[in-house]
Amino acid sequence: MSIAIERPLRTEEGPNAASQNGMNRYAIEVGAMNVFYGDFCAVRDVSMQAPTNKITAIIGPSGCGKSTVLRCFNRMNDLISSVRIEGKVLFQGQNIYDVSVDPVEVRRRIGMVFQKPNPFPKTIYENVAWGTRINGFKGDMDELVERALRAAALWDEVKDKLQQSALGLSGGQQQRLCIARAIAVEPEIILMDEPASALDPIATLRIEDLMKELSEQYTIIVVTHNMQQAARVSDYTAFFNVDDNRTGYLIEFDDTEKIFTNPSQKSTEDYITGRFG
Amino acid sequence: MALRSQQPVAQRAAGLMPSRAISHKQVKVRQRRGHIWAVIFQLALFSGIIALGALLYNIVNQSFGYVAIINEIDPAELAVDGVPLNELPKDTLTRILETNISKGLMRRYENDMPFTERSRENVHELILERVVEPQVAATWSLADSIFARTRVFEEAKEKYPDSHVYFRSWLTTNFVSKAQSSEPLRAGVRTAIFGSLWVVAITILFSFPIGVGAAIYLEEYAHKERFLNRLIQTNINNLAGVPSIIYGMLGLAIFVRMLEVFTSGSFLDGGGDTTANGRTIISAGLTLGLLILPLIIINGQEAIRAVPHSLRQAGFGLGATHWQVIWHHVLPGAMPGVLTGTILAVSRAIGETAPLIVVGASTFIAVDPNGPFSKFTVLPIQIYQWTSRPQDEFRNLAAAAILVLLILLLSLNASAVLLRNRFNRNQANA
Repeated sequence: MSIAIERPLRTEEGPNAASQNGMNRYAIEVGAMNVFYGDFCAVRDVSMQAPTNKITAIIGPSGCGKSTVLRCFNRMNDLISSVRIEGKVLFQGQNIYDVSVDPVEVRRRIGMVFQKPNPFPKTIYENVAWGTRINGFKGDMDELVERALRAAALWDEVKDKLQQSALGLSGGQQQRLCIARAIAVEPEIILMDEPASALDPIATLRIEDLMKELSEQYTIIVVTHNMQQAARVSDYTAFFNVDDNRTGYLIEFDDTEKIFTNPSQKSTEDYITGRFG
Repeated sequence: MALRSQQPVAQRAAGLMPSRAISHKQVKVRQRRGHIWAVIFQLALFSGIIALGALLYNIVNQSFGYVAIINEIDPAELAVDGVPLNELPKDTLTRILETNISKGLMRRYENDMPFTERSRENVHELILERVVEPQVAATWSLADSIFARTRVFEEAKEKYPDSHVYFRSWLTTNFVSKAQSSEPLRAGVRTAIFGSLWVVAITILFSFPIGVGAAIYLEEYAHKERFLNRLIQTNINNLAGVPSIIYGMLGLAIFVRMLEVFTSGSFLDGGGDTTANGRTIISAGLTLGLLILPLIIINGQEAIRAVPHSLRQAGFGLGATHWQVIWHHVLPGAMPGVLTGTILAVSRAIGETAPLIVVGASTFIAVDPNGPFSKFTVLPIQIYQWTSRPQDEFRNLAAAAILVLLILLLSLNASAVLLRNRFNRNQANA
């Protein structure tokens, strides 16, 4: 797997950018972020930093706002009209919620894979090619499609049926196709919202292996219900909990190993040992 | 399995769940209740089928059947040297015509088209029309013609001794290809068919793009909570239920009167039929377009709403703009539904009569429409006009015209369904 991507960094880096030798140590830095649905505060006071080219897992009980937080990282929540976000989300030193930032560009550079495999009702080839085509890709499309499918460990299974409908693939294959589709546009970060929760254990393992491979090139932030999965794949883990007002908040963020062996908070320990609630 | 679960369940739910025997009985009762509903639904379907069958029977019954014809001159009398009329050469036919009609009429025919250029069939037709002059004395329904054949002949012999009786299909190629006429035997619906097609074409051209555009705006762009948008949405739903004649009044006021300069075509420098005064095809098409616009918008919105949200998210997640998501994913996904809605709406438009009467469709017109600015009639108007005539035979014509209208409707629908299926297949394969 060799994907050489030239990543033009943003020129308008803010003074707070933690840049070291032109390379940011953190892909995403979140500072004091609150998320509201109308008047309801869904997540409060989140501050965390997702390191570049590492896998960061977000775990926590249902309804604690894991997915909401993840979707804030590429402005997916903009699609819901009642959502309001306070605080800052820095991507390469730039607050992506600045008025001058176009959410389309943010989403182009921070890709997303969803919980349920959602391939387009088009051919496999077209699924991968579409994202790059609408972004103005002019090069060798065949080569790009092959590269993306290889990167997603799907090439050998689909190389003979590129022109068939993507809906004919199995669930696990569809999810890997969605990953191929996401990396085809060469994003810098891939957000994954419970990417394996709709899949069987074997397909889940394949996705996890794939995530590890991809983390050499990409920063991955993954939301998961499955604590074993978080322990298996991630380098860092953020644990969220939900308070009595149903507002989610970050309990702790640390090395995965530390979270799972020696968490600093009692509730984290309760949760990962299954003594929760 | 049953044995294993029986004991603990019985203990746990003691006093709450009925015992096995009672439970068994209750299941029977519940099943029977469901069965009764199924039978009721089936009856509902059957009554629908019966109503439809009665309708079709009624139409077909009147479209075919025996007719008693009385000829002014028996064609057999016109035979020359034992050769029957329909085998005579053109010269002889012309001579027969000349001797039997007035000089003035003969001159008029000569002026319309010189007899040297007319075909033998044409002259033959003129003889049948002007010399033989068949008149319908009585008509019988298809059911009578089949099941009470002898009675039909006896009745004809008794009441109309000079007549000859034959089985006639009122729906013939002549009926479709001939223009309107006051003679039931020669009347046709060509003008009305062309009128209907023109009007429907303008209706579709007007309402489809506007309707789909409005649906896209309301579903994709409009802020749903905003008061103005809610007001618009409610009113579109209400407009779909407004009686069609009110749209006719609207069309009369706006398209026929206010916009007469445009709808009469006089702005085109005499390009249109100036006697139409705005009561033209384009006025009718736009009026029907307004009529079905709410239907297309509502159906379009439903279809757009039915496109899974996950597809939109997938598109946005790849850095697509809102328009790219709409164009590449929402519209192709919604198109089959949009087309289905349009088919239904256009089917309604093609059968509308009331608004067109108000807008001013001509009830008797023998000239084909030659563009959007000409006078017109449509099939429903023609049918309405025929059914209101006192003579029986026009009822038969109306029935035949209804068949033509149904065939036209079904073929339009079929083509739309084919189009929709192709969309579906493209969606699945490519």
